Amino acid sequence: MKIKINLSSILAQLLLLLFVIVWIAPTFGLFISSFRDKDQLAISGWWTSLITTEINEIYRTKGKNEQIKEDGIYIIKGNLFNNKEGKKVINFGITSKNINEFSVGTKAKLKDNSYITVYENGNYEWASENEFKKKKGRRIFVTVLSPPNFTLDNYKEVLFKEGLGQAFLNTIAVALPSTIIPLIICSFFSYALAWMKFFGRDILLAAIIASLVVPLQMSLIPILTIYNDLGALFGVAAKSFPGIWMAHTGFGLASTTFLLWNFLKSLPNEMMEAAKVDGATHYDVFMKIVLPLSIPAFASIFILQFLWVWNDLLVGLVFLDKHPSEIILTAKLKELLGSRGENWEILTTGAFISMTVPLFIFFSLQRYFIRGLIAGSVKG
Amino acid sequence: MEIFALILTVFIGLLCFVIYFGLSNFVLDYLLIYKNHSFVYENSIRVLIFIAPAFIVLFVFILYPVFETVRLSFYDKFGREFVGLHNYLWAINDPNFRRSILNNLGWLLIVPTLSTFFGLVIANLTDRIWWGTIAKSIIFMPMAISFVGAGVIWKFIYDYRGTGDQQIGLLNAIVVSFGFEPQAWLTIAIWNNLFLMAIMIWIQTGLALVIFSAALRGIPKETLEAARMDGASELRIFWSIIIPFLERTILVIWTMITILVLRVFDVIYAMTNGEWQTEVLANLMYDWMFRGGGDSGRGSVLAFCIMIGVIPILVWNLYRHRQEQQYEN
Repeated sequence: MKIKINLSSILAQLLLLLFVIVWIAPTFGLFISSFRDKDQLAISGWWTSLITTEINEIYRTKGKNEQIKEDGIYIIKGNLFNNKEGKKVINFGITSKNINEFSVGTKAKLKDNSYITVYENGNYEWASENEFKKKKGRRIFVTVLSPPNFTLDNYKEVLFKEGLGQAFLNTIAVALPSTIIPLIICSFFSYALAWMKFFGRDILLAAIIASLVVPLQMSLIPILTIYNDLGALFGVAAKSFPGIWMAHTGFGLASTTFLLWNFLKSLPNEMMEAAKVDGATHYDVFMKIVLPLSIPAFASIFILQFLWVWNDLLVGLVFLDKHPSEIILTAKLKELLGSRGENWEILTTGAFISMTVPLFIFFSLQRYFIRGLIAGSVKG
Repeated sequence: MEIFALILTVFIGLLCFVIYFGLSNFVLDYLLIYKNHSFVYENSIRVLIFIAPAFIVLFVFILYPVFETVRLSFYDKFGREFVGLHNYLWAINDPNFRRSILNNLGWLLIVPTLSTFFGLVIANLTDRIWWGTIAKSIIFMPMAISFVGAGVIWKFIYDYRGTGDQQIGLLNAIVVSFGFEPQAWLTIAIWNNLFLMAIMIWIQTGLALVIFSAALRGIPKETLEAARMDGASELRIFWSIIIPFLERTILVIWTMITILVLRVFDVIYAMTNGEWQTEVLANLMYDWMFRGGGDSGRGSVLAFCIMIGVIPILVWNLYRHRQEQQYEN
């Protein structure tokens, strides 16, 4: 490989590196944070968690019920970190004004003539000649060296206690049919638009092109009204899974049809003619020739629509209940943002869970994703 | 049990559509072959079978609602009584509406422009650097993430703790490390809009990037080589060769992002819910759809305002489509 060093190339590399860092840092921070201990997450930035850092913490000793008597001296013993290993105490203090007054291992004298010693591993001894009277222990301020410490606790909590697991299943139940139904009906539709002659074909095509850019807000109120009326008429819930499938099908129909139509009309004419001469009906041609050829196009469209549905919030809010058995991931996440706004361990973990499927698709099928986007952009 | 019910619902839902196409075509074929009817209408019936489901969906979910929304915008909050321009007059006099229009204009001006610009610059950089493909993947990745997910990511970045406390938000940590005061970014009226737009730019740059990357490959190598031989600087090549060549692509990407930005909802709903003067039309509309039992008149006016924004693009697309059709015939 020829290595050529010149200023403009180095500048270009640095500039790109800067872009990459700015673009990856937000997601990376979220990812790291979702694995951090929730107490640490609340008091220190995620970037500090990657290296051993000095942090200040407050603990409370045990109270009078735990005291033992040894050689006429009352002692309360314990471990500040509940015997969890990893952290190292550097120094400690007994008042909030002077939180690192004593170095580790030394005796700190308290007002009531008792002594506290804190050791490096978090063990402490609180000794006094008089019996301890207070039920509550006392506060100890420690400066500790905290090594990188990651845990899966947040995931357990979010998936099972916060109900994100159910929301995840609901999202799958929304996204799969909302992707496959448009694929089925649009493949027939776009085949007809591309290869069958009928009255009004051009008008339909124009309607599709126009629908491509119609904002879905235009549809919300009328569709919601229809659903409510239907629900009242048949005595069923107005908000249901089939309802949102059809809504997503409607909103994705124009782009799916347009992309497929673009692909199908580029198939060679001779092939269709030859099949026709052999007496094949349009249905045969579609099933036996067109369908197998369209698999790559299907893959692209599937990914685009699936990601769109998976990531959608608005349609999910309008057409589904907020009940746990129906709520989708994005709506759940928004709900958590409101109710648990300060619990970053829940938010970061929840957000990351909602991103797992899109990211998996993204990294495994990026080629098809890009192909779909480019095909869609050719005519915009 | 719950999971089983879900799977069953999904399965039955999908089966309906498969059965429809399979059965209807089978019946038609059966009539043709076994009954030996030489149908004059075979083609017409087949067309009907092929297009009916999609057409019904298109009609019910897009075409009819467009007209219905326009109609409702002239009716009262229940859609019963004709009130003329009353809802429109309300909108013009509503301070929230005016704020939303201004904010939407800001979004329209800034987000597509910066996303396109960054996309173009990064596409050019990645094109010439050996690790460009990896860089491209990383910058493209936010495209896969939901707006709400992105909202959480960025809310974490903008997080604010009082002066003196450890900042856990990246932006404030940086600001503090330079010796400035930490800020509650999302509550600083007017400017907070920029912090919300940053999220959208962060996402949409990836879209611009991949499309530009593909388009860049279409530039003839000889042209670039020749320019370099003549001693043109990379910057000069960028402005004089690459930009003119990509003119059409730039327009397309700009349009795509514009359409997306017009209906921006999730980002604002998740981050500020329109507070601190970050309201946009889509959020205001969502509010009016449900506020006080819902006001379909006002909601429709707001939806229609979003629609007005896309009408120029719609007309332009139709015009181009017609030209292409004529060219093909």
